[in-house]
Amino acid sequence: MAANNQRVIMKGRHGGLTLQLDDQCSFSDLLAELEEELSVNAASEQEPMIKVSIQLGARYLTEDQKRVLTTLIREKQKLVVESIESDVIKRTEALSWKENTDITPVVKTVRSGQVTNVRGDLLLIGDVNPGGQIQATGNIFVLGRLKGIAHAGTEGDSTAVIAASYMQPTQLRIADQFSRSPDYESEGVYMECGFIDDEEEKIRVDRIQEVVKKRPDLANFERRMDNG
Amino acid sequence: MGEAIVVTSGKGGVGKTTTTANLGTALALQDKKVCLIDTDIGLRNLDVVMGLENRIIYDIVDVVNGRCKTKQALITDKRFDCLHLLPAAQTSDKSEVSPEAIKAIVDELKEDYDFIIIDCPAGIEQGYKNAVSGADKAIVVTTPEKASVRDADRIIGLLEQEDIEPPKLVINRIRAHMMKSGEMLDVDEIVNVLSIDLLGIIIDDDAVIKAANSGEPVAMKPNSKVSLAYRNIARRLLGEAVPLLNLEEEQGIVAKVKRFFGISS
Ligand SMILES: Nc1ncnc2c1ncn2[C@@H]1O[C@H](COP(=O)(O)OP(=O)(O)OP(=O)(O)O)[C@@H](O)[C@H]1O
Ligand SMILES: [Mg+2]
Repeated sequence: MAANNQRVIMKGRHGGLTLQLDDQCSFSDLLAELEEELSVNAASEQEPMIKVSIQLGARYLTEDQKRVLTTLIREKQKLVVESIESDVIKRTEALSWKENTDITPVVKTVRSGQVTNVRGDLLLIGDVNPGGQIQATGNIFVLGRLKGIAHAGTEGDSTAVIAASYMQPTQLRIADQFSRSPDYESEGVYMECGFIDDEEEKIRVDRIQEVVKKRPDLANFERRMDNG
Repeated sequence: MGEAIVVTSGKGGVGKTTTTANLGTALALQDKKVCLIDTDIGLRNLDVVMGLENRIIYDIVDVVNGRCKTKQALITDKRFDCLHLLPAAQTSDKSEVSPEAIKAIVDELKEDYDFIIIDCPAGIEQGYKNAVSGADKAIVVTTPEKASVRDADRIIGLLEQEDIEPPKLVINRIRAHMMKSGEMLDVDEIVNVLSIDLLGIIIDDDAVIKAANSGEPVAMKPNSKVSLAYRNIARRLLGEAVPLLNLEEEQGIVAKVKRFFGISS
């Protein structure tokens, strides 16, 4: 094993170390070699802690395995694991990422008593009638009349917005904020969008064009990945 | 092979039974073979509105439980030989029949009739499920009130999950002056929200209540606007393109009726 020291490659970088780990051998072999390698280059007590970022290549580690790896490195040296990067993710994770960043088009009239729920953004082509409800973990766009309840950012994304061709909702909900329609009869408004106003910390409705200025990254993939 | 149409609404008291009785009568007027089925078990009304209560010997629960044949329970209308009624039971409960049992009866009757019209109870529970189980089409009745429209919307949502054609709408108990003044939801607004085809509109008229009390459906009357409205619905069901009655137009009805008779009889 020691003869072929290719499984662990240490590289210095600005502000720390990079550990490139072989992605072909077994995990136990990798741990064994890593342990050996780290024991050799023992650091003295006086040296400061060094930040390490680990690169796994095409190896997938479970959370438990990551913990084992981190503990091993931590015990052996004055090293702290700063990050663990892998080129691969699990299929399920990938799918959930995709779900949370996708825009799901739905063509229907959401009627009283019906609930339409999607992960990611919802593009509803049709009306939401009073008593009907639409929900999305991301943004909601309604090509139709929104007269029921719309809840965007159901898992806490307070940057989510709700836009509708015709806005006359019973309630708007974004993350954990609520706003309801006035108690007097009121006409709806065309092409407007609800969002959480950071200054007032409550839901405001404004022209879609105005909201786009406040949410310049509305279509940004990374934002939706983080928040989804 | 006939078609089965369920008349439903969600909300109670909006005019399902009245619509069933008048539509049945109007179709019979057009020489169609029609069988009305009352599925409002425990609260039967259709027989009373049709003036046939005294003729009931067996009812739908008897048929389901095998106490009689379907044909034995059918009552022939006083006015038309081609119009029959399968009455609901008054002493039983909706849970005593199953959707499958009703469907079997409807399927059997479809062999012999042009139209089976099913009067549905209010609500969205067992009674509703029984009533829609055998239907090919549905008519949703609403009044121009928010609560009624809300329930109609709910029912339409449920009907869309069934294996039947998109439902058609009847707006009942319209008061022209209230719609005009904006105190009542107007026809366009209702059709807009519910987004289904409008089959007809019926004004609110004392004659309807009078007719129901005398056991003679208003559709029999030759000279009233409601009567004409029901007949128009029947004609639209038969595939004719009949324009909606003008709500404000009070005079000229007689002329219209005459014209109507000219076409149909
Ligand atoms: N167009 C109308 N004008 C005046 N009165 C009407 C009209 N339509 C129905 N009514 C009256 O309203 C009442 C309720 O009608 P109906 O019994 O047909 O409703 P329903 O929907 O069958 O009720 P339920 O849910 O109890 O079965 C009756 O007294 C009836 O005479
Ligand atoms: Mg009834």
